[in-house]
Amino acid sequence: MANSTTDKTKAAEGLKTDAPPVTTMSVVAPAIAWLIPGAGHLIQKRWGRGLLLMASIVTMFLLGLALEGRVYKPNGGDILDMLGFVGNVGAGGLYIVTRAMDWGKGAIAHATADYGTKYLIVAGLLNFIAAADAYHIAIGKKP
Amino acid sequence: MTIQLSHFSAAVLFALFASIVFGITQRNTTREMLRYGLYCFAMFAGGVIAAGWVMWLLRR
Repeated sequence: MANSTTDKTKAAEGLKTDAPPVTTMSVVAPAIAWLIPGAGHLIQKRWGRGLLLMASIVTMFLLGLALEGRVYKPNGGDILDMLGFVGNVGAGGLYIVTRAMDWGKGAIAHATADYGTKYLIVAGLLNFIAAADAYHIAIGKKP
Repeated sequence: MTIQLSHFSAAVLFALFASIVFGITQRNTTREMLRYGLYCFAMFAGGVIAAGWVMWLLRR
């Protein structure tokens, strides 16, 4: 019985030490990285990486809009529309501004508009990866 | 403002931006990031060219 209790205590201690430290930066960095692509790296003084991520994701999103891609809404009704929304919403502030300005209607008249739709989705998904990377930097898992 | 891109230029731009993000986020040192980014770009662009040839062969 005593051993069991000791084991549980040790296990709990093990869990405590394995868990990443919750710091202000570990919460703020991924949040701001989602809202503004690349900003999660910039606030942690990873200037080069942050600017490159920002340039890549923002340019990709803007190219998607310029190619007349479609921006998905949350209540699309179709499962693929919902997945498209999940991808789009990853772009954070860019998605919010786009919806607020009522851009991204999507043109079905020409084939390259479909490229635009894919650019918009992938820009959001890449921003999710960038936000996760910002979190890993914040908890010290990555230099 | 709207723009029109060819299929190839759209695919190459896609490869460029995705490779930059993959390189930065998936590796730890600057040298590894550069190498992995170039590798991803080569795979994306090479995949597009290979898929193009496959479609050309299927069409014949």
